[in-house]
Amino acid sequence: MAFYVVQFLTGLASAASLFLVASGLSIIFGVTRIVNFAHGAFYMIGAYIAFTLTERLSGAFGFWGSIVLAALAVALIGVIVEMVLLRRIYHAPELFQLLATFGLTLMVEDLVVLIWGPDDLVGRRAPGFKGAIDFFGQNIPSYDLFLIVLGPVVLGILWLLFQRTRWGVLVRAATQDRDMVAALGVNQKWLFTSVFAVGVFLAALGGALQIPRDAVHHAMDLRIIVEVFVVVVIGGLGSIVGAFVAAVLVSELNAFGILIFPKISIILVFLVMAVVLIVRPWGLFGKPEAAARKTPGLTVNPWRPLTSNERLASLAALVIAATLPLFAGNYALTVGSEIAIFVIFAVSLHFLMSVGGLASFGHAAYFGLGAYGIAFLAKMAGLPMIVCLLLGPLLGCLGAAVFGFFAVQLSGVYFAMLTLAFAQIVWSIAFQWVSVTGGDNGILGLWPSSWAASPSHFYWLALGVAALVTVALRAMVFSPFGYALRATRDSLLRSEAIGIDAKRIQWTAFVIAGTTAGIGGALFAYLKGSVFPDNLGISLSVDALVMVLLGGVETVSGAVIGAIVYKALNIWLVSQTDLSKLVLGGFIMLIVVVFPKGIVGMLEMLAQRRRKSSPPGSPLLAKPIESAE
Amino acid sequence: MSAIPPLLAVEGLTKSYGGIHAVRGVSFSLRAGEILALIGPNGAGKSTCFDMLNGQNKPDSGHVRLLGEEITGRKPREVWRLGVGRTFQITATFATMTVRENVQVALISHEKQLYNLWGSAPKFDRGEAGRLLELVGMGGYADRPCGELAYGDLKRLELAVALANQPKLLLMDEPTAGMAPRERVDLMRLTASIAREKSIGVLFTEHDMDVVFEHADRIIVLNRGTLIAEGSPAEVRGNPQVQAVYLGEGLVYDARHREGTSA
Repeated sequence: MAFYVVQFLTGLASAASLFLVASGLSIIFGVTRIVNFAHGAFYMIGAYIAFTLTERLSGAFGFWGSIVLAALAVALIGVIVEMVLLRRIYHAPELFQLLATFGLTLMVEDLVVLIWGPDDLVGRRAPGFKGAIDFFGQNIPSYDLFLIVLGPVVLGILWLLFQRTRWGVLVRAATQDRDMVAALGVNQKWLFTSVFAVGVFLAALGGALQIPRDAVHHAMDLRIIVEVFVVVVIGGLGSIVGAFVAAVLVSELNAFGILIFPKISIILVFLVMAVVLIVRPWGLFGKPEAAARKTPGLTVNPWRPLTSNERLASLAALVIAATLPLFAGNYALTVGSEIAIFVIFAVSLHFLMSVGGLASFGHAAYFGLGAYGIAFLAKMAGLPMIVCLLLGPLLGCLGAAVFGFFAVQLSGVYFAMLTLAFAQIVWSIAFQWVSVTGGDNGILGLWPSSWAASPSHFYWLALGVAALVTVALRAMVFSPFGYALRATRDSLLRSEAIGIDAKRIQWTAFVIAGTTAGIGGALFAYLKGSVFPDNLGISLSVDALVMVLLGGVETVSGAVIGAIVYKALNIWLVSQTDLSKLVLGGFIMLIVVVFPKGIVGMLEMLAQRRRKSSPPGSPLLAKPIESAE
Repeated sequence: MSAIPPLLAVEGLTKSYGGIHAVRGVSFSLRAGEILALIGPNGAGKSTCFDMLNGQNKPDSGHVRLLGEEITGRKPREVWRLGVGRTFQITATFATMTVRENVQVALISHEKQLYNLWGSAPKFDRGEAGRLLELVGMGGYADRPCGELAYGDLKRLELAVALANQPKLLLMDEPTAGMAPRERVDLMRLTASIAREKSIGVLFTEHDMDVVFEHADRIIVLNRGTLIAEGSPAEVRGNPQVQAVYLGEGLVYDARHREGTSA
């Protein structure tokens, strides 16, 4: 019995940090409508700075002072980020905001390693809370008790801040209707900045307070952000009480999940999240999301099928690509195969994202499931390659059918967070369920049959499949189903009013995209000869998003070009520098802020400008918040 | 009882939000080919009433029957399949698609081709889509992106979309709001002629009394959630209760309203 009580108290202590970070995210989202992906990064910097300060400053005062000082320093960094980056993208679509803050996260990951090194850092114990308390033979660290008390105290302080101060009233008003608040003469710029600073302060405080419990390391940002996304999905974005209740719930589920499913404890959290989403799609304490903000002028050029000239040009490009083995060496062919596979991956996400308006942040899950499908079939069932290639992607299809069903119940940022959480769950299963997946060691020795074994043959196979998939998905864009999918993206209300079951259409699109990604993953498994959990990791999901974004979200052909350019750049970059995340993160932010229409979008805009001299829509992302003036 | 049930029969429709009775025991019916106006001051419950007819909103009690078939509480998409088209007070169209594509989506849905993955949508019922657009006077706009249209044109496009499934009943929530006076008359004249020709029943709400009295065959008046009058335009115009609760204020409001929107 005592054991369970201790387990319960440990869960409560873990909830404190989770609550701090989640409430910060919620407050920022409530006012600015930005889901700050970089929140995990701020949490991590908080921990690192606090580590450095506590090493320098001695004594109890030094320790606690360091914690607060670290959080303040990170809040200051937050202010700079808000003024330099976020002010430029408040009017951008949600996807761009998520991506820009993700780019920031990538940069921070490399910077942290650069400054503090790659090793785990173990910090000081908290003065006054070094011991443990004996509870019927079980030890409870007294620092845990401190954290258990801290959570409700912070909740109370936040409550007072929002109910009793002028600033709190403004924040609550802005959460309901920020345009109205601006119209009433409130300086919106500084309101946004201060809200962001408070949110970041909470995240950094959460990180700093973790030092006595956990080692500080450079991957803690992604781990916390996924948990925080789960917390806000369960609790409801924008609700602080919801963040508290859900943080406690998730932490307890984690604490007890280990006892029930020791290998895959995350399953329990997933099941609870699924139930909450079915019963209350906007979280326990959340409110239904207002209709997604329409970004004016985002897609003004209606899509059209290729003209016969353009078809000929595409065919010619394909033929030229097919001649590569005649003059290129084996390395170039392997790179070519990889690019072709990523074209498949990118067009599958593009279909979901641009045609369906559903920006998945966890698309790699289905790519990776396809790869694992191959591994299971080839290694365990011993099936020949051709059978594996046909059946392997079905695992991606299955995953997309299960997760997609829940994901399409939501839209916008909720959809993005949910798909990310699902992908992370699949990753955890692949990582933790060692007996089946081999865990971190992966599954090795997947070699293609002899007919596809030579680099040139494999290249032709990958190229052929990529061409087939691209043509098929393009045909679908201009099929009756494609029209219906675009209709659900543009107006749910109108779709339902003309007999379209929008959720089912979107679910179908999700399954199509997931299966296609699975095809890419299946080929990837054979290309690499192995499968690892990284094949379904977050960074691969983001790669896909960047490829689509780079090509141009609003275009039909962008994904292909985006994939080719991005993958080629990426392979080159990794060979040139150790700081690829830093460069990549900066690159992502640059595209979002300066180059939002992507390569194909830019080309189309230039072509249009040449056709008629009328200026196309003003660059919509370069505008700062005018309503603040 | 006659052998043929009325096109639309509404019986004791009731809806409350918390303690507020938005709609209380509303009953009326509508024949095929008849144009029925639902009027009432702001907050009378017109929109709530409307939303309950096509399943956008669920009534607490009461019945909605279409040709005798119970449709109360059905989903909007199911009600549409039974032949009820609808336009919205604030237009809802597919902004990134062209005008023709907007109509084509409705036709695709009507012909149950929504899950057709391989057909060519640009060629799908192109002629029929063009004909519907001609019918509402939008033939020249077929290839324009829908997002570029003026508000009045969007209203006409919504009418074309609503006609795509050859409806038996059209529900039009403030069909002429936001249009110039000339356009209002044109649109309602068009609607009336289509309705009479194809024997479609039309139920519409409207603030512009000129439009209402010129085009409605019959008028029902809603005030604070209950029906207070029903009859021909002449009867309703002469009803003292209507004058007291509605027309007195309504005309003043309406004059301001029109000034605001046509500016």
